[in-house]
Parts: sequence; C-alpha cells; structure tokens
Amino acid sequence: MILDAALVVLAVAAVVATVRVVVGPTDADRVLAVDLGFVVLLAALAVLALRLGAPALLDLVLVGTLVGFLATVALARLAARGPG
Amino acid sequence: MTGATTAGALGVVGQLLVVLGVALIAVGALGLLRLPDAYLRANAVTKAAALGLVLVLLGTAVLAPGLDAVVVLLVATALQLFTVPVAGYAVGAAARRARAPMDPRTQREEGTDPTDDPEDPDGGRAVETRP
Repeated sequence: MILDAALVVLAVAAVVATVRVVVGPTDADRVLAVDLGFVVLLAALAVLALRLGAPALLDLVLVGTLVGFLATVALARLAARGPG
Repeated sequence: MTGATTAGALGVVGQLLVVLGVALIAVGALGLLRLPDAYLRANAVTKAAALGLVLVLLGTAVLAPGLDAVVVLLVATALQLFTVPVAGYAVGAAARRARAPMDPRTQREEGTDPTDDPEDPDGGRAVETRP
C-alpha cells in the first residue's frame, strides 16, 4: 500500500522531469531533468523489486547508477558547448 | 523481543526510509519545476539524487530478503554517493561555460570568475594559455 503510493509519487516526479526537458530553457536544465528522470527510474526499480518480489531488478539498479552517472557527465560535456 | 516483533520493527523502519527517500525525490522534482535558474535547479536535483535515492535504496536493503540483495544495494548506495557530486559539478560547470543566465537576485563578487570576461569566447577554458 505504501509502496503503491511511493510509485505514484515517483510517476508524478517523472512527469515533472519530462516537462523540464521540454521547456528547458537551457541545455543544462535538460541535462538536470534527464538526471532526475534517471534517479526516479532507479528508485521506481528498487520499489518495484520489493512490490513484485523480484530481486533481479536490484542488479538493474546497480548497473543503472553507473550508467546514469556516465550519461550525465557525457551530456554535460555536450551542454558545455553552449547554444548552437 | 521475539522474532516476529523484530521483523515488524524492521518492516516499519524500511518503509519509513523508502517513504522519506521518495518524499525527498518529490521535493527535488518540485525544485526542478519551480526554481528560477539552472544553478538552483542543479542544487535541488543533486540533493534528490544523493539523499533521496540513497534513502530509498537503504530502505529497500532493510526490506529485501536475502544477503545478495543487501550487498548489491549497499554497493549501489556507495556508488551513488560518490558519483552524484561529480555529475553535479560537471553540470554546473557546463552551465557556466554555456553562459546559462543567473537569477537577477544572485549576489556575486565581481571579477572573481574567469567566465565573466565577455572578450573570452570559450568562457575561461583557455585562460592560462592567453598572453
């Protein structure tokens, strides 16, 4: 029950991150929004692993933390070039 | 304390950690939506990523059955704590290089930031190599 509510809150946070990706206004904002979206995905995976009783999803969380870090740093390098 | 009450107390602690973490992520999302410039939004997002996700993962580690899951979650927690500050710094530096505008209420000391120079097209990146 509590886990279901947590999933709903995470879904709202994912929608907020999507809105920030669309409106920007700078590329750094979009990188931040993608970062938050990844965090929401990882938290949802951890909660779903409990909810569904599927511990295999926790390995995905471990890999996702590393991939999310690399994605954020790579996107930040792209955003550093400025508009255009 | 019997085994059943210990398990019940652990369940409460785990659920409390998960709820606190999700609440922190929600606050981070609120900050991403409402704060006025990219630097302040970076503040909100990195706090959500570091503290919120770490609390969710620790709560999951308390609730999860089996030692394997706990070890995987603790490794993921440690990695998250080490990588979030680096990623946050990278995004902040990128915003500065790309000259993302600051909120007009930001108080800064003039002349202390090499990226302030309007003559310098690459935003202070090559400041040491200039004559």
